[in-house]
Amino acid sequence: MSNYLLRHLQTLLASAGQMARAPVATLLTLVVIGITLALPAGLYVALTNMERVSAGWDRGAQISLFLKRDTSDAAALRLASQIRSMHSVTSVDYISREAALDEFRRLSGFGPALNALGSNPLPAVLVVRPGSDLSPTAVEVLRTDLAQLPGVDLAELDVAWLKRLAAILSLAERAVWILAVLLAAAVLLIIGNTIRLAILSRVTEIEIIQLVGGTPAFVRRPFLYYGLFHGLAGGIFAWLLVEGALLLLSGPARELAGLYGSSFALNGLGVVSSLLLTAGGGLLGWLGSRMAVDWQLRRLGSRQP
Amino acid sequence: MIELSHVSKRYPGGPGDYTALRDVSFRVDNGEMIFITGHSGAGKSTLLRLLTLIERPTRGQIVVNRKNLERLPNRRIPHYRRELGVIFQDNKLLFDRTVYDNVALPLVVAGASHREIPRRVRAALDLVGLLGKEKLTPIVLSGGEQQRVGIARAVVHRPTLLLADEPTGNLDMQLSDAIFDLFQDLNNHGVTVAIATHDLRQIQRLRKRALTLQAGELVRDTGAQ
Repeated sequence: MSNYLLRHLQTLLASAGQMARAPVATLLTLVVIGITLALPAGLYVALTNMERVSAGWDRGAQISLFLKRDTSDAAALRLASQIRSMHSVTSVDYISREAALDEFRRLSGFGPALNALGSNPLPAVLVVRPGSDLSPTAVEVLRTDLAQLPGVDLAELDVAWLKRLAAILSLAERAVWILAVLLAAAVLLIIGNTIRLAILSRVTEIEIIQLVGGTPAFVRRPFLYYGLFHGLAGGIFAWLLVEGALLLLSGPARELAGLYGSSFALNGLGVVSSLLLTAGGGLLGWLGSRMAVDWQLRRLGSRQP
Repeated sequence: MIELSHVSKRYPGGPGDYTALRDVSFRVDNGEMIFITGHSGAGKSTLLRLLTLIERPTRGQIVVNRKNLERLPNRRIPHYRRELGVIFQDNKLLFDRTVYDNVALPLVVAGASHREIPRRVRAALDLVGLLGKEKLTPIVLSGGEQQRVGIARAVVHRPTLLLADEPTGNLDMQLSDAIFDLFQDLNNHGVTVAIATHDLRQIQRLRKRALTLQAGELVRDTGAQ
């Protein structure tokens, strides 16, 4: 092994040892970094799960075709058959005027009032389910086409609330990114302050190293490892926090989904996101310590290039 | 070789600047041993700080081993310092490290091989009579032993120029003699030695060239007579 790599290994072990020698301070710093990183990571997981849920709702969108009052049952069934033959349609259900009135009477609680009416005010309805692979735009185009068919009085696609939800999710996603940037800056400051204190406790050592010919890179190296370890460990701690929270929430979430007849289960961070979280923590640690070391060395009057 | 030409060092601030060195010029050849003497505040330590590039002169030119220190960029300073061995009045030892680690430091920062370091450290400790105390921390050593650790660290990388600032300030006469004899021994092996001291007894005993500073001015150079 070359001397250079050996020196790095020695510095790396010395930095790890330095963390181990101050377990309480190290643990407190790691908890703060972990919570700071866990916040955007947890929100990201919540968002991806919300998007999965709303994607399912999107696929469940249906178009209600309210037929003209004078449309006969036979004409309505012919229309249903015609629509069913379309490629972009999965199924069509026919609800006659009588069936609609019965259902309304049963569910609304206005039975006696409806009995007082001379005639059935409700139209017959065709409930059309578009193909699950259709985009929201294609579903809207289908609705327009269906509205042109003879016998159709009104075609309604109730996706406005889904659009609103999508907009809210998009807004939340942007907010998570902003929060992530702000909290990343917080991690930089936390690690920077930790490194600053570490440097102040080793001012004499730094001075001596410089006097015997230590380069700025040599002086910086242990602090960079120190920051890197804090960031990596903080990232791992954040991952544990997020996965632990998901473990606690997965049971109640499954139970809630079951009540709505869904088999939805919460998804965790996944391998790539977990690695990104840990590596991101390490990168922030390294960056924070680099900034702090350079600043502190300048303050100490170090002669750097 | 050390060559100072009209070197001045002024510290700004306060009511009127403080001038630590005024128009100092002298030359020290390779393999020479000199004393820099004078009362406290005469400018001895300032001179060594300029030679080690802890500070730069306000005016004048310093050339060490053919390097014009005025033109030396900051990024080359660490490499320049590796050519020097410096012994400080307060030793500047790392008290949370072993004697071995302290002495090995100049070799470690210079990237010496891990096979070479133990051999050189043992040789340096043998030179100052501390072989066998590698694993101790400096805190358990006497003042004289700590000073010798500082000397071992200064010579472990075989510098061409050894600079010492009041190296025996707090030591008894017998120990002072031993340390100055060690400097002379190193000088006999070709190392250029410059020692800032106010110990006139050692200057008279070793009969080496002495430069006397007074209020920042070079008032006497026995080598020039």
